[in-house]
Amino acid sequence: MPFQIGIAGVGYAGFDSMTPGLSTRELMFEAATRAYEDAGIDPRKDVQSFVCCTEDFWEGISITDEYMPDQLGAVLRPLCTISSDGIIGLATACMHIMSGIADVAVVESHSKISDVVNPDEIASFGYDPIYTHHHFDADPRFLAGMEMARYLRDTGTKREHCAQVAVKNKKNALSNSRGVHGADIDKGTVMNSQSVASPLTELESSKGIDGSIVFVLASAQKARKLGHDTVWIKGIGWSSDTPVVEDRDFARAEYVEQAAARAYKMANVRSPASYFDLAEVDDTYSYKELQSIEALKLAAKGKAGKMVDMGTFDRDGRLPVNASGGSLGVGHLLEATGLHRTLEAVLQLRGQAGRLQVPRAMRALVQSWRGIPTATGAVAVLGN
Amino acid sequence: MKRRVAIVGAGITLFRRRMLESPKELSFEASKMALDSAGLTLKDIQSVVSGSAPDAFDGVHMKGEYYLDGMGAIGKPHQRVYVGGGTGVFTPVGGWWNVASGLYDTCLCVAEEKMSPLHPHPQYAFWSIFDQILERPLGTTLLWIFSLEMRRYMHKYGIKEEEIAEVAVKNKGNAIDHPSAQLGARISVDDVMRSEPICEPVKRLDVSPPSDGAAAVILASEKVAKKLTDQPVWLDGVGWTLDSTHWTNRDLAYPEYVEKAAKMAYKMAGIKNPRKEIEVAEPYDPFDYKELHHLEGLQLAGKGEAPKMTVDGVTQRDGDLPVCPSGGLLGVGNPIAAAGMMKICEIFWQLRGEAGKRQVKKDARTGLAQAWGDLMQVGTVTVMRS
Repeated sequence: MPFQIGIAGVGYAGFDSMTPGLSTRELMFEAATRAYEDAGIDPRKDVQSFVCCTEDFWEGISITDEYMPDQLGAVLRPLCTISSDGIIGLATACMHIMSGIADVAVVESHSKISDVVNPDEIASFGYDPIYTHHHFDADPRFLAGMEMARYLRDTGTKREHCAQVAVKNKKNALSNSRGVHGADIDKGTVMNSQSVASPLTELESSKGIDGSIVFVLASAQKARKLGHDTVWIKGIGWSSDTPVVEDRDFARAEYVEQAAARAYKMANVRSPASYFDLAEVDDTYSYKELQSIEALKLAAKGKAGKMVDMGTFDRDGRLPVNASGGSLGVGHLLEATGLHRTLEAVLQLRGQAGRLQVPRAMRALVQSWRGIPTATGAVAVLGN
Repeated sequence: MKRRVAIVGAGITLFRRRMLESPKELSFEASKMALDSAGLTLKDIQSVVSGSAPDAFDGVHMKGEYYLDGMGAIGKPHQRVYVGGGTGVFTPVGGWWNVASGLYDTCLCVAEEKMSPLHPHPQYAFWSIFDQILERPLGTTLLWIFSLEMRRYMHKYGIKEEEIAEVAVKNKGNAIDHPSAQLGARISVDDVMRSEPICEPVKRLDVSPPSDGAAAVILASEKVAKKLTDQPVWLDGVGWTLDSTHWTNRDLAYPEYVEKAAKMAYKMAGIKNPRKEIEVAEPYDPFDYKELHHLEGLQLAGKGEAPKMTVDGVTQRDGDLPVCPSGGLLGVGNPIAAAGMMKICEIFWQLRGEAGKRQVKKDARTGLAQAWGDLMQVGTVTVMRS
């Protein structure tokens, strides 16, 4: 039997640089209320499992699951935290449904980065406490700069190609009502913006925004009963490369290759480059989009840069990539970033993407990365 | 669609106040031992689930990413599950859904905790579990809320401190036979009563210690398990429940969230009368009164009746319902997530008849492990059968 879990509802709130009027819990409440309304369910009766994707340090709270149940309607119900990206949360909910403990499961993730006074310092605490963290008084994105340099060198991709990713995504975001960092700029502006860690510049580095996203997942049978605009998860995979940054191949995103291989096998995707109608992939930094496109086998090694320059990945191109504007255009949502990409893809497949709509969108690919200094990512194959 | 899941191997490190090993090394030791005991290597493992409580202990952000190479998760799908103090028993529950769903055939489950890096005392991490606006300004500690809960439990059922102290005496005594134990000791009720008050009525010997340590189990699907061993221990029931954030509005005398989690696990395992069918139990005992509290939530004792069971010796290793034959958190130690996993390991060894000097007298075929955490809020339960 082919793998099939239904996305029965989705809701979101926030998507702004600051959300001073709402606490994290209120943001979650708004997103959840909309998702439940979208799916036509009552969380107190119809949901058997709730999954939240959060990290303590981003929340400023130890053991953040303490603060999750009430606003989701999950009091005295099975709720747990998966300390990871939202797509791994979706995978968890899929497993809850497949193992028979839930017919309907809810996944939530959020970002309240505007509450974080020192995001760079928090990110630095992700580095190895003995070998790395205390030895570098640098912007934590130095690792992205190093990875980008290696990627450019090994693949022959040009500096301008990376800048073109930022140009494309920021332009796309101008048509997205959720887009916070949309802009109509050219490659020169991108490359001449302030340097983060050479060759990476500020306009190639996504900026954090606030938001909460909630998904309602259901078994195939239940999803058909709930039944409107169901989008199906047909394959899902996740993987981690070594946390020892010195041991990694900086030119490749091996974790994406592994996660994609698992998701493609489940969904029976044989030639990914021609299979999908659109893709929402990691673009935390400009080069990451190209590196990910290659790891996902949407382009041959070292070819993604040229393709983005030729317009292949534009919204009206052969394979629209981050037609939503991605993280560079919309903004970065911490652990909710994977759910943001999935949200954009679901709206496309439902035909509800408005000015972003890609015509005849039936099959979508979404992929996320947990950000520096991790090498953990997840991939999901979606279809109508 | 659901598949039966078995535990086929287990491993545990020493539990100590300060271990020299890093979190990666502790994870390595536990998972290597578990793999060796199952006769497997990392190549045989398809997915990994890990557990660890607050990142604040180590001061490492995204700790699940930091230690994953130690436990052998490179190139594998890895999930870190997290429900505060309930994480240890929840880690194999995460493994359970990896295998029961049919997605993977083998799953390595590792729980690691290193509390000692936090200075001056690991308790400081718990300040940051409280609400930023309403509670932190009070300088709240976990011990405060436990003393409130203990007092409420005593008040409601007319329980004496001496009766509760019997749990500490039993568990620390049991721990003498556990090779990993940090605080095994032969003590008396009088010793507990005369120990230093920390936050009345909680006294020094009512409380488990801060510890470092790791523990691991290997899960396998029915088909794989039967090939690997003649003695699989089946993970037949899993349950978990989270109560409201607002602990001040809770009935502190009775853990309803543990009852709900237990009922979920019992239903899955087909257990109708837990008091008769559960033959050995490892409820969570970070404080002595918590063992009693949890026995009641687990429906293994009537409300307010667990102290009498303890005084009567029912919960001793040779009693009718042996409880915490390992020595529990009070005796073996409390490296938060690893302590919950220690309980899973203990039931695994008890049901296989491999617990050595700790082996319970009755021929136990069905066992239970439970953990608890957050703001007196979460219950995690597993039912295992040989």
